[in-house]
Amino acid sequence: MTLWVAVVAASLGCAALKQLGYVVPARWLQGSRVRAFVDVLPIALLSALITVSTFAAGTRLQLDSRAAGLLAAVLLVAVRAPFLVVVVAACGVAAGVHALGG
Amino acid sequence: MARDAGRARTRARALVIGLSVTPFGVSFGAVSVATGLSVVQTCLLSLVLFSGASQFALVSVLGAGGGVGSALATALLLGSRNTLYGAGVRRLLALPAWMRPVAAQVTIDESTAMAFAEQPSGLSAYAFWATAASVYVLWNLATVLGALVGRGLGSLSAAGLDAAGPAAFVALLGPRMRNLSAGAVALCAAGIAVVCVPLLPVGSPVLLGGGVAALLAVAVRR
Repeated sequence: MTLWVAVVAASLGCAALKQLGYVVPARWLQGSRVRAFVDVLPIALLSALITVSTFAAGTRLQLDSRAAGLLAAVLLVAVRAPFLVVVVAACGVAAGVHALGG
Repeated sequence: MARDAGRARTRARALVIGLSVTPFGVSFGAVSVATGLSVVQTCLLSLVLFSGASQFALVSVLGAGGGVGSALATALLLGSRNTLYGAGVRRLLALPAWMRPVAAQVTIDESTAMAFAEQPSGLSAYAFWATAASVYVLWNLATVLGALVGRGLGSLSAAGLDAAGPAAFVALLGPRMRNLSAGAVALCAAGIAVVCVPLLPVGSPVLLGGGVAALLAVAVRR
């Protein structure tokens, strides 16, 4: 039930945000602090997501196979590898380290 | 003739972009189902939410044990850039009123970027719709495929799937790291998030790290 609430609310909310862009006067969003904030938001949120999804286990910090996967992903993205290569390599490395007891 | 050639080239690029998002869609489908969402819930996200970063973020926060509130807020904040895209790209599309809701639903990174890229050739609207159609169809097919694969996989960590989220976020962040200030924002967000992990409920560190770092960036920039 909780999952359904999250799925429906996020779907409708994000769809509504897209509709909003076609409704509000464009000048409201141009050159303002709002624009600067929204521009930089993905960088900040993605970085926080990377950190937490790699190093957190619940409310504990934990170094495990995910960190090895992350390292592989960072190296491959740095050399502009395609997404398929990045995600398969990261999962493969993480699965390998996990199997070894990481 | 030149216009026909331009359209053919645009269609080919749109197809390539659509194909390039399929591995991301498959990973999303697999991770979402392995996290505990049903196949229907997973597909609904791709059909209605239709924004990869927000979808992955929602599933990631929920999967880590975060509450609905923080998962929702993270997805919405990541989706807010689509509002700016719409406000910018709509003047290139010259749409009748009834088409606007359709265009809005498929206004994402890829379709917006292609519309602006084709501005000099006058094919903005064509590029927008070709890319939107290609990405929408292939993203949803990829999601179904990934969701079915995910059902067959065992534990998230044994399959290495717990690294798929971080890897996907790195792949999304990579192209945005264009300058030093982007790096500073990313480091600041990561630092705040790490410090918050042991102190706050699951889900909040992402929101706080991301939100505070973005606010600081705007404050410093003035």
